[in-house]
Parts: sequence; C-alpha cells; structure tokens
Amino acid sequence: MAVPAADVKAAQALPLEAVARRRRFRFLTGGKTVTGVAVIGFFLVIAVIGDWIAPYDPSARSSDLLEAPSGRHWFGTTHLGQDIFSQVVVGTRSVMLVGLAAGIVATILAVLVGVTSGYLGGTPGEGLSALSNVFLVIPALPLIIIIGSAVPTGGDILVAVIIGFTSWAWGARVLRAQTLSLRGREYVEAARATGESTWRIIFFEILPNLTAVIASSFVGTVIFAVMSEITLAFVGVSGLSNWNWGTILFWAQSQQALAQGAWWWFVPAGLAIAILGTALSLLNFGIDEFVSPRLRGSGKARVRGADGRMHRMRVGFTPVLGREERP
Amino acid sequence: MRYLLQRLGFYVFTAWAAVTINFFIPRMIPGDPVQSLIAKNQGMISADAIQSLYVLFGLDKNESLLSQYFDYWGQLFRGDLGISFTFFPTPVSDLLTDSLPWTIILVGLTTIVGFAIGTGLGVVAGWKRGSWVDGLLPVTTFLSSIPYFWLGLIALTLLAGPGSFFPSSGGYDPGTIPGWDGEFIGSAVQHSLLPALTILISSMGSWILGMRNMMVTVASEDYVTVAHAKGLPERRVMVGYAARNALLPSVSGFALALGFIVGGTLLVEIVFSYPGVGYQLFQAVGSQDYPLMQGIFLIITLSVLVANLLADVAYLALDPRTRKEG
Amino acid sequence: MADSAVTTEQSPSDPVAVGSEGDLPVVLEAEGLTKHFPVRRKGRAALTGPRRAIQAVDDVTLTLRRGRVTALVGESGSGKSTVARLLAGLYPRTGGDVRLHGEAVNVKRGKAFRAYARRVQMIFQDPFASLNPVHTVRYHLTRALKIHGRAGDDLEKSLHELLARVQLTPPERYLDKFPHELSGGQRQRVAIARALGADPEALLADEPVSMLDVSIRLGVLNLLRDLKERLHLAILYITHDIASARYFADETMVMYAGRMVEGGDSETITQRPAHPYTRLLIESAPDPDRIAVGGDPAETPAERGSGEPPSLLDPPPGCRFHPRCPVALERCRTELPPRFDVGDAPGHWAACWLYDGAAR
Repeated sequence: MAVPAADVKAAQALPLEAVARRRRFRFLTGGKTVTGVAVIGFFLVIAVIGDWIAPYDPSARSSDLLEAPSGRHWFGTTHLGQDIFSQVVVGTRSVMLVGLAAGIVATILAVLVGVTSGYLGGTPGEGLSALSNVFLVIPALPLIIIIGSAVPTGGDILVAVIIGFTSWAWGARVLRAQTLSLRGREYVEAARATGESTWRIIFFEILPNLTAVIASSFVGTVIFAVMSEITLAFVGVSGLSNWNWGTILFWAQSQQALAQGAWWWFVPAGLAIAILGTALSLLNFGIDEFVSPRLRGSGKARVRGADGRMHRMRVGFTPVLGREERP
Repeated sequence: MRYLLQRLGFYVFTAWAAVTINFFIPRMIPGDPVQSLIAKNQGMISADAIQSLYVLFGLDKNESLLSQYFDYWGQLFRGDLGISFTFFPTPVSDLLTDSLPWTIILVGLTTIVGFAIGTGLGVVAGWKRGSWVDGLLPVTTFLSSIPYFWLGLIALTLLAGPGSFFPSSGGYDPGTIPGWDGEFIGSAVQHSLLPALTILISSMGSWILGMRNMMVTVASEDYVTVAHAKGLPERRVMVGYAARNALLPSVSGFALALGFIVGGTLLVEIVFSYPGVGYQLFQAVGSQDYPLMQGIFLIITLSVLVANLLADVAYLALDPRTRKEG
Repeated sequence: MADSAVTTEQSPSDPVAVGSEGDLPVVLEAEGLTKHFPVRRKGRAALTGPRRAIQAVDDVTLTLRRGRVTALVGESGSGKSTVARLLAGLYPRTGGDVRLHGEAVNVKRGKAFRAYARRVQMIFQDPFASLNPVHTVRYHLTRALKIHGRAGDDLEKSLHELLARVQLTPPERYLDKFPHELSGGQRQRVAIARALGADPEALLADEPVSMLDVSIRLGVLNLLRDLKERLHLAILYITHDIASARYFADETMVMYAGRMVEGGDSETITQRPAHPYTRLLIESAPDPDRIAVGGDPAETPAERGSGEPPSLLDPPPGCRFHPRCPVALERCRTELPPRFDVGDAPGHWAACWLYDGAAR
C-alpha cells in the first residue's frame, strides 16, 4: 500500500461515524412525521407558556356576553363573558399533561405485561394474556366514565392514572405478539448460547427491537387519552375547576350554544382536538412507514425508469424509495 | 369448534370480570347515597326497594363482602338491576329496555355499513397504490381524529336547524306515538340519519386505513403473483385472492373496534339527544344516578361481548386455518 | 483429509468396540442422547389419551476430539440441529449423557451454564438471523468477550485480534457496521468471531454455509479448518450436503429420523457407503459420470428408494428407514438394528441388519 496505514485508518473511520449517527434519525425525515412533530411541538409550547400568554383569566367574567370573535376576544366569549381564546390556550396544558401522563402509565403497564407474557410463555404468559384480553374487550369509555364518576374528583394526574390503567391492554397485546415472535429468533438463541443472562436478553436483545412498536403504542395511547379526557369533561364527570378543551365543550353544550347560534363557542376547541389528534396520527404513520418500508412512497405509482420512460408499478412490486447505502 | 369453545369460555370469564368490577365501583363512593335518596323521597320507598338498593351498594354492614357479592349475583340473575334515582321509582331494567333498541340499531347499522364501505375503499386504496383513493387518506385521518361528538355538533350547525330536512334532536318526532307503523318508522329513520352519518364518517377512516395496510402487505405475497401469472382478471385477483386474505385481521379487529365505536356512539347520542343508552348515561352522570350508570355499563359490556362472539363465529367461517384442529 | 490417523470411535455403547489407538483427546461426547418434545393433546385425549411426543433425537452417541472435524449429515427433520442445541445446552435433554472432558454436564442456566458456554460454543445456520439487527458488530463481539472475562485491558485490541482471526481486516472497517450492512459471508465470519470470543474448545457449527452463496462457502469452510488447526478446536459440522462433509470433515456420521445410522471416516463413508440410506444420499447428488445408470423407468418408486422421511410423532417400528429401504428384510420391520462393524475400514459401522452376519 502506498498510503501509510494510519492515514487510511483515519480516512475510513470518520465517514463511518457520521453514517452511524445519520441513520438513527432517519425516521424523522418523512414528510408526515415532520408535520406531526411540528404540530405537537407547537401545542407543547402553548401548554407550557399558556398561562402567560392568555390575554384574560379564563374564568373571569365580563360584560361582553356571548360575543362573536372580535379584535378584543379572538375566539369570542361565553354566556358569562369569559374569553374563549384564553380558555383554549390555558386548557392546552391540562390536555397535554393528561395525554402524556396517561400515555406513559399505559405504555409502562403494556411493556411490563406484554413483554413478560410474551417471553415467559406457558401458563404465566397465558394468564397475563387473558388479563389483557379482558381489559381489551370491556368497552373503555363507559368504564372510564363509571370509575371517573365514582372516584371523588381529583386533579389531572388522577384522571391520567385512571385512563392509563384502563387503556394499556391494546399495547400489551401487540407487544406480547411481537415478543412471542422475537423469542424464537435465532439471535436470541445465539445470545443464550453466548451466555447472556435472561434479564439482559430481555432488555438489550428483545426490547431494542420493539422500540418502533412501543413508540407507536405510546402515540396511540396519547391519542386515546386526550380523547378520553375531553370526553370525561364533556360528559361532566371530571372536575370543572380545571380548564380543558372538554370543559369548554361541556359549557357550550349545556348552554345550548347551537340553539343560540354561538358557533364560535365550540368550533375552536373541537378544531384544536382534531388538529392535535391528526398530528399524533401522522406521527404514528411516520413510525409505521419507517418500520415497514413497503408502506412508504404511497404516492408514486408511476416511476421513471433508468431509460427515462415512465413505468406504472404493478401491484406487488414495491418501489422502496430511499437511498441504498453500499456497505 | 374447539376454537369457539375457547372463545366462549373467555367471554364468560370477561363477563364475570365486568360484573365484579361493577360490584366494586360503588363501594368506592364516599358517603351514603342511599340515605340521601331516602331523605329526598321521604318514606315513599318500600322496604324491599331499600334493601335492594343497599345490596346494590354494598352498604349492608351486617353482611360480609363475600355474601354481599353473592347477593349481588342473585339480584342480577333475577333481572333486578336496582332502581333508578332520577326516574324513581322506575327500575333500571325497564329504563334500559326502552333505550337499548335505539342504540343497538344505531350502532349496528353504522358499524356494518361503515365496515362494508370502509373495507371496500381500503381494498381499492391498497390495490391501486398511487391512485386518487390514496388522496383520501389524509382526509379520513383528519376526520377520524375529530371527536365524534364534535363532528355531530358541526353537522348540527351546518345541516340541521329550522326548516331543514334533518331534525336537530330526538329519536322521532315528538308528536308521533311509538309504534310499528309507517309514520313512526319513517320519522325514526329520518331522525337517525344525521347521527348515523356522523358516526359513519368518523369511523370509516380507521377501516380504510387498516384494510389498506393489509392489502399492501398481502399484495406482495407470492400467491397473488401466481394468480396474476395464471392470467386471472385483475378484479378477480383483487377480490378473490388478496381481499379475502386481507379481510381476516379486519374481522378480528372489528370485534375490538366495537368497544371504541360504542363509546363514540354514546357521545353522538348526547349531542343529538338521541334516546339511546348513551343519552341515558349522560343524564345518569349528571344526576349521580349510580344504579342506572351501573346497569348501563353492564348492559353495554355484555352486548359488546356478544357482538365479539358473533364476530368470532364469522372469523371461524372465513379462515380455514381455524377449522383444522376440528 | 490430511491426517489419516486411525479414526476410531470410543463409544461404550458399541456392541463391537473397535480397538482404539491412542488418539487425540476427547473434548465433548454424547452418549445415548435423547430428546422428545411433548405434544399437546387436544380435546378428549387431553384427559384420557396417551402422552405423545415428537421423538426428535434418539440414542445419539458421538465424540468430538481436539483438532478434528466430525460431520453430522442428514436431511431436514432428521434431528441434527436438535443434537447441536442439546450439546450446546440450549434445550434440556430427555435422556442420555453429555460429558465435557469426561465429566458429566448438567447445566441449565446461570453461572454453571456460562462456564459451560465458555468451552462449548455454537454457530448458527442463518447468518442474518443470528445477529441482532439493532446492534453493531462491536457490540456483539464485546459482549462475547465481556461475558467470559476475556476483554482484557485493551478492549479495542482484543476486538481487532478477534476480527483478524476470522480474516475480516482491516477491523475498523467492520466494527461499527450493522449486520444488514455486511454480506452473508462477512456476517458468518462475525458469528464465528463471536463464538471464538469465549475461547472455546469445542465449536458446534449448525449448517454454517448452507445459506451462503456457493462461491463463498469454500472460503468459510477453509477458515474453519484453519481455526481448527491453529486453535486445536473440536468441531461438529452439521450439514445436509454430504459432499462438503467429505471435503471438510475427518469423520462423518449419518442421521435419519432422529437416529444415527452410519459412521466412520469421511472418505470411506462417501466412497463406500454401507447403509442403504447413505447410499441413497450419495446417489441423489447429481453426478455427470452416472447419467445412464439412473434406473429403469419401469421400477416402482418403492424399489428405487424415494419417498419422504417418516413422522417423528409415530416413527415406524423397527428400523426407521424400512418403509423406504429398497433392500428391507422382514427383521427390519420389527427389530431396531444395533451398530455393526462393516469391516472394510477401521471404525466404519452401520446400524443395519444387512451387516449382522458380516461382524461375526
């Protein structure tokens, strides 16, 4: 070799590290994911600074009763003269807090039950699986409503915990199925043959392969938790001392906002819910597409071939779009 | 057959769990709601009624928890779900018999229609990647993120109102008398259109998406390629080979989704004041009518279990692999 | 094979114990190894019926010696992979003994298992599946070194040495790669390096080249042979390709339907197969020199010995090969043949009644 060995080594080492790092964040580059993350980030920011940027105290009454959106009240006012814009902004915090907290609780439960049930197999595994099936089949919403109304009204955290404890079952089922299939993989056997201990196998061999599933389950649970919290408030179960988007709708409904033509009362809150929900769903799609490349590139049925002509891709032939990196 | 027995056993177990949960919930309520009810109604309650209420709430301090539990089961088997607080002294079971059919019809029809249309669209979307149907996806995602009830509110604003074809509330015209005659049924149908449409639009998104993803996976399987190679017409391959297999997870997912759909339907009923079980639950929550709430929860859960069982039977018929064990 | 030392087998269960010359030390041996997988009973049989099991491995006896390759040949479902896993300790055995350097081995998990794994390592068939896709090569090898306390003072140096041993140089090029960035041959070399990380004495190679391109196979096999000679490993080479056994292994055993049917040095087995099944294996490999000898089309398949391996749930009584055997005797249907010395070469035995008279 004409080139000194040290130089060759250095030259080859650098780009490799850059490659390894680049790969880890590749999943963030999909269009859907970026949009979803941006919107969620926006809401998070509002949740944090909401109290400061709200122009009015959301519970403060004023003399501007039931006014349409105007320069002073961007989203209009309620029948008590409260500023709806402030209500929405301040309510964001409760929504995001409950959503994230419930998501965390439910995901932890799902991982514990699902992965253990999948790895153990046999009777303990089947028992845990039956447990999660029970919670899965019982309709969640009525259950949450019943429990929520029986328990003396507590803060956001209590609501989050209740929701978390009723919605972990779906994730647990998916994780169990995945763990069952991973357990038989050869690299798990190989890790055992190398002499790895059981807990290390679960944590370092199986769990890293489950990150996509866990992430997707977490996002799904957050969606569900947000919806449930709003529903609880809408139905009148959870305390009305905290402002969240659901309480806004509750008041709108009970005051017959529609009959009075006060569309501005319920439109902003609903839109906010829908946008947040869509953003979370987009994030989920992004994760799905990253995991299974077949689902990518859904828009391109016509691909330009190397000879310049357009080809219509036949069903079953997947144009996997993305740069191939040569080893 | 064995598969079916397994599923049946599971549902029985779940039903037991639901009843047990129902048993424990009111014991978490602080204070004594029965006393306040008695005070409110000032001695117009019979001793039997009081006793049954006490059993329902487990406030019978003389009995141990276990015997309370058995008493509760005894009550259930007699069909006694307690007496409603708000509609005192109507028993809960009577109230439920009134409202349940409305909900069942609404949920049943919208689910079936939604499933049919949604999976159909999903099949097409998954098959013809990149066609116009794919453009539907973001729209349906957005629509399914909207809470059902909010969509209902919007629909009410836009479509209903004085003078429009769609009535704004209720299950039937206040003037008509419930009965199996054309006028009543016609009015009932008219009142159910808007709620049904709301549920349909919201729930379709998830059917389409699920089906599309499965179709994409199935379309790349080898047996589909073989079918193409045999020269079968495109539609035949799409329906007879691909869709048939892609349908299976949707069917099993159908049963699970039913729980969510029921939840959403409850909310729609609230918005439209539709006289179903959901609206009753809303009223019950508002007036803290625990027996009614419990009864509704039980009925909803049992109905969902029955529906799941039916879906399992359907799955059994569709997937030959489950028949193998015999 | 280069060293044509007398190949003998020291198995006490041999009815004919051929005199063993002082030979290379025994590293790992199995005797009467048996594995039955219980099958769940369905319906009424769950309560009343007999317990059924898949008899995957029955009465397998073999010996692995230092510096020698022993091949285990058989078709799919013959139980050879199960034998490897039993020897590696990944499955608990139903019967029989496993001895490491003469001492009985009975490890399930924990420290004892790790101590065993340090001396007996395994290489798997599918090079892609046996490496965890989320971990780099560096992680895989580091774990192998650390578990057995062989990382030493300079981990990087140890890693480089390990990769150099499997001829993956320059090592920096490979250490930070993920498995999907490597080719099949490279992955298998990484798997071998991982096994070597423990510095084992015995290597169980479960079809190490079956999933590699044909042109790559030779390279990997040569690597294994090279390692055997330099590190004096005892290698168990499991394969369905009897030709590669002849090339690579000193000694060959043939398995069918969970039992061993023939054994001896590779040259003899492949040139002068004794058991009818081994003959079938050799003949079914396409050989341009044998074109016209194919067979009379009028012969029925039963006579030409085609067919499928039997169900292991209910194996045929007597010799398990008799339904397919072109020269089956009445005796074969009822009695299980023990091992008989074939007599044409030392250590060549076959479990077939045809050789009953020849031994006496």
